[in-house]
Amino acid sequence: MTELPRVLAPGTASGELLVLDEPLSLWGGMDPATGKLIDVHHPQAGASLAGRIVAMPSGRGSSSSSYVLAEAIRAGVAPAAFLLGEPDAIVALGALVAGELYGMEVPVVVLDRETYASLVTGARLEVIAESSHRVVLTAIA
Amino acid sequence: MQVELTAEDRAALDGSRGDAAALAMRLLVAMAGVMEAPSLIDVSSAHIDGCLYHGRAGLDFARRLAAGGGQVAIPTSLNVSSLDLLHPELVRLDPATAAEARELMDAYVAMGCRATWTCAPYQLPERPGFGEQVAWAESNAIVFANSVLGARTNRYGDFIDICCAITGRAPLAGLHTDEGRRATAVFTLEGVADALASSEAGAAAVGHAVGRRTGTAVPAIVGLPARTPEDHLRALGAAAASSGAVAMFHAVGVTPEAPTLEAATGGAEPVRAEAISTADLRAARDELSTVGPGTPIGAVSVGTPHLSLDGLVHLATLMADARPTVPVYANVGRDVRAAAAEQGLTDDLERAGVTLVSDTCTYITPVIRETAGPVMTDSAKWAWYAPGNLGFDTAFGSMEECTRSAAAGLVVRDEELWGD
Repeated sequence: MTELPRVLAPGTASGELLVLDEPLSLWGGMDPATGKLIDVHHPQAGASLAGRIVAMPSGRGSSSSSYVLAEAIRAGVAPAAFLLGEPDAIVALGALVAGELYGMEVPVVVLDRETYASLVTGARLEVIAESSHRVVLTAIA
Repeated sequence: MQVELTAEDRAALDGSRGDAAALAMRLLVAMAGVMEAPSLIDVSSAHIDGCLYHGRAGLDFARRLAAGGGQVAIPTSLNVSSLDLLHPELVRLDPATAAEARELMDAYVAMGCRATWTCAPYQLPERPGFGEQVAWAESNAIVFANSVLGARTNRYGDFIDICCAITGRAPLAGLHTDEGRRATAVFTLEGVADALASSEAGAAAVGHAVGRRTGTAVPAIVGLPARTPEDHLRALGAAAASSGAVAMFHAVGVTPEAPTLEAATGGAEPVRAEAISTADLRAARDELSTVGPGTPIGAVSVGTPHLSLDGLVHLATLMADARPTVPVYANVGRDVRAAAAEQGLTDDLERAGVTLVSDTCTYITPVIRETAGPVMTDSAKWAWYAPGNLGFDTAFGSMEECTRSAAAGLVVRDEELWGD
């Protein structure tokens, strides 16, 4: 096992935390034009992901989620950062491609179980994710 | 962990094979890092999902690759797009979006991909063999390749798919390795009647239930009939890949890497072992249905993923006397459609009132016309995604329930099929 936290996509972000109760497939689950959570089966359907630091236990579903994330980043309605309970290549790739194409960074980080469990919706956080394992999470006012 | 690269990988990375190969290799190396792969391996084919338009970003990416001299190095098929090139009038996209969607499709063809436009590349004649390393995108194709064909692919998606195709390489991790393919969860059908277990709708309900419970694990399923046909396995896989992130399953006594449960698990104790009952399958069916029996419907849509030739034959048989009172759509890849046309099947279906849709799918692009109500479908994947994608209410059922519902104009349930 690689040590945690791990940085899957680097960057710096701050915003209000939204802890998802279930994994979300961004394709079919997030409207790339608005950043709204549109998966009607998801317990938090209707929530806005735009500009928020989104914590989710793992990825789910369609392999198109990278594209949907890159498009939402381009449109300026993506989450500010992702905090994951398990590594997810599809979410990481969407963030990395947006970085390549537009120079826009959305950090994607895998947290250890204890830190992930301590996340609470509504808290305001700053995320600094540098290469490989350097992650700083700071509560802000 | 630092991924070990060959001299050729490094040549691609440093730009000596062009800007597109450099970008592709840069993203592959990053993904290898995420997946903790020690090295890259050769892959013999790719299936690309990035040709389906979800906005400008995908087009910007394809343009960047094309401008950098991007060409695929291995045989590469293309997934569904947002347009039906054979019948453009079927899709009601606004002209600006349709133009960009078309430009995206053209960019991938210009990079050397085959214009197959299907989510079921395993129906094409050159499908991969047992043990073959490939790089496939499209969740139902991935789970089919791994589970039913015994080929080896991870869950590749938009962007990384074309990176694999351009470089002919993929990160050695996960389902490319023996360890990554072992089942860690076991689901046993208990008390499920033969008729339901040996139906395609039953298999899809099993897949939905398994996907909901497994997340990203590889599940083994015990209790499916030994002669479960490919179409049922693909319905199971497509459902499990939608409700969960299942990229491979074993059906013990059915799929090629699971002659026994021990073979599927590698002899290790599963992390979880659970039963699946008839009540669980009814619950799966009902979770896939936002409306219940007797509700008036506006249309029927079958064939997500694209119907096989067997599926078309079955549909033609059911539709022969159905006399539908609502529109009936069937999604089918252009290659299978051509084979069906040779047998006169497409004529039969169209005469019976079925609209065939190719190159795209009714759940990702506006094909279904101003419907007066919910849509009935035989596809768990359609039922799972359409409410969010297109705003339809849905009812999930067997293909026969669908055709009977099309005749009645309302949701008809076969209580015998789903009974204890």
